Amino acid sequence: MSAVAVTQSKANRALRFYGLTNGKKVIVAVTGVALFGFVVGHLIGNLQVFLGPEVMNAYGATLHSNPALLWSARIILLAAVILHITASVQLAIRAKAARPEGYRKWNRVKSSYASRTMIWSGPIIGAFVVYHLLHFTLGNAMGWQGRQFATQTVDGHVIPAPYENVVAGFQNPIVSGAYIFAMALLMLHLRHGLWSMFQTVGLNHSRLSPRLQRFASVFSLILFIGYISIPIAVMLGIVR
Amino acid sequence: MNLILHVWRQKGPGEKGQMVRYEAKNVNEDMSFLEMLDVLNEQLVLRGEDPIAFDHDCREGICGSCGFMINGVAHGPQRGTTVCQLHMRHFKDGDELWLEPWRAKAFPVVKDLVVDRSAFDRIIAAGGYISVPTGSAPDGNAIPVPKKKQEMAMDAAACIACGACVAMCPNASAALFTGAKISHLNLLPQGQPERYERAERMIAQMNIENFGHCTNIGECEAVCPKSIRLEVIAFMNRDFLRAKWVEGEEPVLASQG
Amino acid sequence: MELDSRIPGGPIEQKWDKARFEMKLVNPANKRKYSLIVVGSGLAGASAAATLGELGYNVKCFCFQDSPRRAHSIAAQGGINAAKNYQNDGDSIFRLFYDTVKGGDFRAREANVYRLAQISVNIIDQCVAQGVPFAREYGGTLANRSFGGAQVSRTFYARGQTGQQLLLGAYQALQRQVSLGRVTMIPRTEMLDLVVIDGRARGIITRNLITGKIDAHVADAVILATGGYGNVFFLSTNAKGSNATAIWRAYKRGAAFANPCFTQIHPTCIPVSGDYQSKLTLMSESLRNDGRIWVPLKPGDTRPPDQIPENERDYYLERRYPSFGNLVPRDVASRAAKAVCDEGRGVGPGGLGVYLDFSDAIRRLGKKTIADRYGNLFEMYERITGEDPYTVPMRIYPAIHYTMGGLWVDYHLMSTIPGLFVLGEANFSDHGANRLGASALMQGLADGYFVIPYTIGNYLASAKIEKVDTSHAEFKRCESEVNERVRKLLSIKGKKSVDAYHRELGKLLWDYCGMARNEQGLKKCLAKIPELREEFWQNAAVVGSGTELNQVLERAGRVADFFELAELMCLDALHRNESCGGHFREEYQTPDGEALRDDEHYCYVAAWEYRGENQAPVLHKEPLKFEYVLPSQRSYK
Repeated sequence: MSAVAVTQSKANRALRFYGLTNGKKVIVAVTGVALFGFVVGHLIGNLQVFLGPEVMNAYGATLHSNPALLWSARIILLAAVILHITASVQLAIRAKAARPEGYRKWNRVKSSYASRTMIWSGPIIGAFVVYHLLHFTLGNAMGWQGRQFATQTVDGHVIPAPYENVVAGFQNPIVSGAYIFAMALLMLHLRHGLWSMFQTVGLNHSRLSPRLQRFASVFSLILFIGYISIPIAVMLGIVR
Repeated sequence: MNLILHVWRQKGPGEKGQMVRYEAKNVNEDMSFLEMLDVLNEQLVLRGEDPIAFDHDCREGICGSCGFMINGVAHGPQRGTTVCQLHMRHFKDGDELWLEPWRAKAFPVVKDLVVDRSAFDRIIAAGGYISVPTGSAPDGNAIPVPKKKQEMAMDAAACIACGACVAMCPNASAALFTGAKISHLNLLPQGQPERYERAERMIAQMNIENFGHCTNIGECEAVCPKSIRLEVIAFMNRDFLRAKWVEGEEPVLASQG
Repeated sequence: MELDSRIPGGPIEQKWDKARFEMKLVNPANKRKYSLIVVGSGLAGASAAATLGELGYNVKCFCFQDSPRRAHSIAAQGGINAAKNYQNDGDSIFRLFYDTVKGGDFRAREANVYRLAQISVNIIDQCVAQGVPFAREYGGTLANRSFGGAQVSRTFYARGQTGQQLLLGAYQALQRQVSLGRVTMIPRTEMLDLVVIDGRARGIITRNLITGKIDAHVADAVILATGGYGNVFFLSTNAKGSNATAIWRAYKRGAAFANPCFTQIHPTCIPVSGDYQSKLTLMSESLRNDGRIWVPLKPGDTRPPDQIPENERDYYLERRYPSFGNLVPRDVASRAAKAVCDEGRGVGPGGLGVYLDFSDAIRRLGKKTIADRYGNLFEMYERITGEDPYTVPMRIYPAIHYTMGGLWVDYHLMSTIPGLFVLGEANFSDHGANRLGASALMQGLADGYFVIPYTIGNYLASAKIEKVDTSHAEFKRCESEVNERVRKLLSIKGKKSVDAYHRELGKLLWDYCGMARNEQGLKKCLAKIPELREEFWQNAAVVGSGTELNQVLERAGRVADFFELAELMCLDALHRNESCGGHFREEYQTPDGEALRDDEHYCYVAAWEYRGENQAPVLHKEPLKFEYVLPSQRSYK
């Protein structure tokens, strides 16, 4: 190893890092952590629907009361989503090129369904998120459903009224069904992703590994139950 | 027992191949899989046909020469075993078996079930060694190595470079192979001086060789004839990150000389 | 032909130092002007190529496998000896030297063996520094075990994969030189001839196994490290690809072949299970520490082992050798197994096997202890045979394992052709008539790391080597001969497979020149081999072309050479009218069936010189002098 060390510029180094499959994987893992944080936070917010319209709508208003914070969170999340998707897609393309001719037969030995379908569960969840935003943030989708997008006025600003929109939205079984389906995929995605993040950044060894995998399974299940409890409650009429 | 084999036949590198059907008759259950192919090949030769080419040498499961896919699983149905140590008693009369070579851009097919795995040699050449010129070594006991460290290094060093990990991985990733060598050397005190440079160089070479990325799904670990664990990949990732962000300056990667 | 062993004068402890001082050196700046060829990439070849590259020579290294890391050194299980005396149990360089000379039944050169024992300590240091994960004690120091009946613990090991780890160390050092551009690695290539110009080895002719291309390579010296020739027997513990072609071609170009009949038979291998058998698998010798070897008392007893009562069993090693019992040396244990099988008391298919029974040990120590000690070996046995050795006794039988014979070399490891050096199992030098366990790895690495780097420098610095290139007439001649031979092999479109001929040859050799030999049998064998060889050249089924990967053609070429080598082995065995080490002539035994050496007439190295097609080879003798370890009869009673 007699190569001469030459200092690279920071930007150059970042690019080279990203140029390696291992670098891209780290990006996927780190952005995955950010998105996972959002998924947890979002659930905590959403569950307030069980506390009634005042609490829920006040929570919505709180989020909107600080546009700077809201927009920085949105921008960070958007950047994470873009990086997460871009890196994953580039890796998938590369992987396809790494095996130009496929097997006539291939049988899994160990891997889980969730782990092998990340590249499919991901985009479907992505597509759902777009729809979800149109539905509850921008409101356009409400119209498709033949409903009015409910709003509230706080300090003179017109902002969405989450409680009414959630109830109205989920009363439609198709909307609820699609939501539950997307959450099931999200559970699958996290079941592997949550553990995989640790592995990718190097936090794994023989004793930790089974615990991390158990944690990933349990935690993704908890998130799944938490999320689908809302449409189910609406459909059952518990939340009206 | 009688078996039906569908074997990938390809005349040479870059040529078109196809699956060809053969019948293996009166297979003895004490035969190894390769001996079963030996018998079939002997019959093919006596009929004036081209025998099925496959790599093999020690037939004790340690040289790493042999290996192909049997019904879509690298080295076949028995875990922790290479095809030379897989015996026919694990199959039953009338079984239909599909034999395909390792498939990866980095492992071009040479002929039939023989592939070119020289990419592995180049990954080792990129940094999979400890630079110690002959004669310059201190006494063997000068550097004590904790027993546990040595055991972990040995677990990783058991890799036979057969390529099953790459073959089985849906992304044709060489992470298990590269991770194993990085873990072996970087766990030991002797490997510390070149530790991070080694990780960087070997990973860079792995990328140059067109292997895919690791999605941590664990198929490689499942088919590894030496049962090398996924943790070696985590170890590699850790050293990779340390090399990139903690250790600072990057070396220039270029072949010298 | 004159055999000058070039052993330096002076006391044995100082010979190597003296030789190193007297050797001429190549100026560091001039080293890159010399090109060297290394054939083989096992422990000897890889360590030599790496070290010579490091010194600055231009090295080309060849192997027939797809990667240098696959050479058969990788399969060695047990360990590597070194006189480190880390265990403080009385080991020393002199003791390792003494054990090796005695174990070799006084047919090895004292000076070479002493040097080997001296260098052994450096090998361990080198390998540890390379990152070889040798077993350690809890305090972090290196662990040792006693091996092959040695009375001291001097064997270093890395689980049951010592050969693999040592080879990976050498391979990694080699790949480092490859990345630095000092060594060019040429895999999947087979050496088919040696080119000798003006009496010096100047290059080789190779065949690219993928494209079939025949190439000429020129160099200032050629190093052969191509391993042993155990595969002449067809069934052996060698890898399928191991072959004698390189050394046989060198022999036919003038390198003397020494002691070809000295072959080692390992007593604990898994027996043959059928005609399709392609190779034999070794089970570590350590199993004999706890297993008891027995056969039924009555010939032809086919009852399952658990139904044979204790008083109808014959624990023949314990009976014949009360003090060593099941731990007698390899050659003794092997012959005893053959003897009981010849009496019709063998077990398993074909009656070629004896029981290695762990039931007493399991009763005494518990299944867990036995599993801790031999778990991986039991697993390997079960994988191959489908039988569970915890409940059914293992069946074992001896098999060809190692060849002590090889090309004759002097103290500098140079053959009788100047400029042709031979390392590792391919040479004859250090093990005499029998090799001790864990010494093969030691010799391969000693030759490659620590002997050849000095001696080749001396050769290059003192010889006047003319400049030649591959357009030289001799290169052209050799190349066309190789082409002609390939063409000839391809033209035999016969009806019997190459493997069938090889199997038949192996059976002949095993029966007449195997564990026990006699004059009558050897003469019979010598009459049959040429007949079979003739038939082979008429009727072998060789298909395909020479311009592609053609594994049948490869095998045919190797088997053709084995036919010739087999004859030389029988000739050597016939001429040596004594029993020593692995060479047991039934006419020469003590009344109780032990080997009877004849130091008065046969205390020499038998080096055979090739004199041309259809001419008898000529025997040259290098007398052996024992000044430090005086010959004595081995006794294990």
